[in-house]
Amino acid sequence: MIRAALIALACGLLFGAGLAVSGMTNPARVIGFLDIAGAFDPTLAFVMLGALAPMSLAWRLKARMERPLAAQKFTVPTATVLDAPLVIGALLFGVGWGVTGLCPGPALTNLALSPLPAAVFVSAMASGMALYRMLRPNAPSTPQE
Amino acid sequence: MGPSLSSFAHGLAGGVMIGCAAAAMLLLLGRIAGVSGLAAQAFGLSDRGSQLLAAAFIFALPAGAALAKLAGAAPVEASFPSLPYLVVGGLFVGFGARLGSGCTSGHGVCGVSRLSKRSLVATAAFMATGMLTVAAMRAAGAGW
Repeated sequence: MIRAALIALACGLLFGAGLAVSGMTNPARVIGFLDIAGAFDPTLAFVMLGALAPMSLAWRLKARMERPLAAQKFTVPTATVLDAPLVIGALLFGVGWGVTGLCPGPALTNLALSPLPAAVFVSAMASGMALYRMLRPNAPSTPQE
Repeated sequence: MGPSLSSFAHGLAGGVMIGCAAAAMLLLLGRIAGVSGLAAQAFGLSDRGSQLLAAAFIFALPAGAALAKLAGAAPVEASFPSLPYLVVGGLFVGFGARLGSGCTSGHGVCGVSRLSKRSLVATAAFMATGMLTVAAMRAAGAGW
């Protein structure tokens, strides 16, 4: 368990550093990507391209593996049904993303770079998560994907 | 500040780092690097997963950014929305990510690279409302 936590720590460090390097911790740049009718900034597309390449390879490798290299089993999402919570949740998420230019990764990462606005956003985000838990306490919790 | 060759290069390099981190989570720990799910676990707002593991990942995000900044590898300029926008946006992002089972990392990076139908739909949906929201705010003159 300690070893797994240390691996997660290392992954988080690389993930957070990558977000900072990518420029996506700057909300104005994310808004620029979403602002297709205005001052469009395609930088986010380069970030996605860069991230999708190694991750696509990882899924191919995973298909040949019995189990992960440092854990007992793969715990990946298995749901395939398109349901209302998925779509409504994503639509609402997009509204918040468009209002602020922030999503969970960059927001948490910004706790180190721009602590004040990041702390406000992360508090509100945690409240939104708590509200979801209150309203849907027995929701069949689909794994994160 | 605007788009430039430098911003594209930074985006691509940072993206590769993000993708490698997500790949390591999958191949080493067998888990998805979905930040909203891990954050909920770290905050004690989810029943699944290991809280210690999630907390380690979430704590490391700002730590990694601080290291990148120290190394001079991260662009420093950033502008943020004002308080009311942060509060409303944060609520929508937190609630929506949980209801929709993921965010830009879980669906956008991990799910899309897997060609998961659910993640492709979710990513299209949040990109659509994200763009519509920005356009609506522009039309209403509701800048930050």
